[in-house]
Amino acid sequence: MEEALRQQFVKTVQDFTAMTGIYLPDDVEARLREMHQQEKIENAKTMYECMLTDLSLAKELHRPLCQDTGVIQYFVEVGTEFPYQAEIPEVLVEACRAATLQTPLRPNVVEPLAEHNTGDNTGYGAPYIEYELVPGSSDLRLRMYMAGGGCSLPGRSKVLMPLEGVEGIKKFVYQTILDWGANACPPLCVGIGLGTCAATSAMLSKKALLRPIGTHSTYPAVAKLEDEIRDGLNSLGIAPLGFGGSQTVLGVNIEAAAHHPATLGVGISTGCWATRRGDMIIHKDLSSEILSHRKSLEV
Amino acid sequence: MKKILTTPISYDQIKDLRIGDTVYLTGMLATCRDSGHRRVVKEKILPENFEFKDGAIFHAGPIVGKDENGKQYMVSVGPTTSRRMESAEADFIEQTGLRLIIGKGGMLEKTTEACKKFGAIHCAFPGGCAVVAAQEVEELVGVEWMDLGMPEALWIMKVKEFGPLIVSIDTQGNNLFDNNKKIFQERFEKLL
Repeated sequence: MEEALRQQFVKTVQDFTAMTGIYLPDDVEARLREMHQQEKIENAKTMYECMLTDLSLAKELHRPLCQDTGVIQYFVEVGTEFPYQAEIPEVLVEACRAATLQTPLRPNVVEPLAEHNTGDNTGYGAPYIEYELVPGSSDLRLRMYMAGGGCSLPGRSKVLMPLEGVEGIKKFVYQTILDWGANACPPLCVGIGLGTCAATSAMLSKKALLRPIGTHSTYPAVAKLEDEIRDGLNSLGIAPLGFGGSQTVLGVNIEAAAHHPATLGVGISTGCWATRRGDMIIHKDLSSEILSHRKSLEV
Repeated sequence: MKKILTTPISYDQIKDLRIGDTVYLTGMLATCRDSGHRRVVKEKILPENFEFKDGAIFHAGPIVGKDENGKQYMVSVGPTTSRRMESAEADFIEQTGLRLIIGKGGMLEKTTEACKKFGAIHCAFPGGCAVVAAQEVEELVGVEWMDLGMPEALWIMKVKEFGPLIVSIDTQGNNLFDNNKKIFQERFEKLL
């Protein structure tokens, strides 16, 4: 790969990473504004107003809207015809480092066990990168997520007994949000994974979290459960910010996979009101389009 | 009318505040989180240029930038989860005479007791609203304990009408988030 092209590749991912820290994706911002409109309790409304002020200040001053810009996680779908496959890992690490130093993002990453801060959000296994192959495509689809501390704390995964059923799933989710939700900056995005073991259920819950708010599972029974859990969580009234109001969540997404009859794995991943995720496509000529922030960037 | 606390904070300034009240802070404020608490409480080390007595701390780890003249400034500085400091906060208050703790979410029983006994309060700043907070920092005065890294260092700030701060623990032993938790728990039990 020519050096100039390589630099263009890095810059594209760097700008995308920085943008994700400064602007909320369209779906999150729209739902937040809607919740502000729907809120009836006066003090709670004031909290939503503070969030909306923060969003406009971040855009105006071009600064990360929350100081915790998280640990950077990239979820990459690599088209088998994308020409620069070999360069991807190094480009992502370089883009993460450059975005951290130049935006600036907060250098969060500390080395495992040593707790020494590396200063640029790269390190052993950081940024976190996951790859999937897309046969026949010449595009690179890049999704990224900023995993903040407070909103990652509720995350957990558990294997239930199948006889606990749907009620068991609901109870586990409600209890988790009840115990940990108030400190995770609600209204929350809740991702739920249903699978066989703790690990795959956790991974599915992350995939669910990456899906835009308002979208539904293509599996009808799962889609119905998304709405039921959303309504159940909202009736707790934990948002905004644990002060208490009329709702709890921005949305609830579930990703499910057919599972072992003897297990019922449930994973939970949560994002805060400032859930920062981005979604872009880089074509084989390195031209790119951002899917997640079309409206947000117009301002 | 805005209720504004100014540093140094006397007991009189906070004694009549009650959970749910909204206040603002003008004066000196230092960030202090996990490692800072360990340093003060366990290692008994105090910063050289910041006074905790009658003072205020902010559970926060900022993003600090440099302007074109090389001067550091607050880019983004929202609160972090206060509950993480629960094991150290009561001792911190007793050892230093701190009056105001600002953070995110609530704190637990030990801190609530210490606030009552030694005359201090905990307030919650709206989580995530980090640029709002940065704009209320008039001046970044200095930094200590940079060996702890940017998020954990003690950043000393001069703030003006810093808030909104919602009183979550008052001097009478009331705890807003504790009360809320009971309400959420009752609603949860109805759901099952």
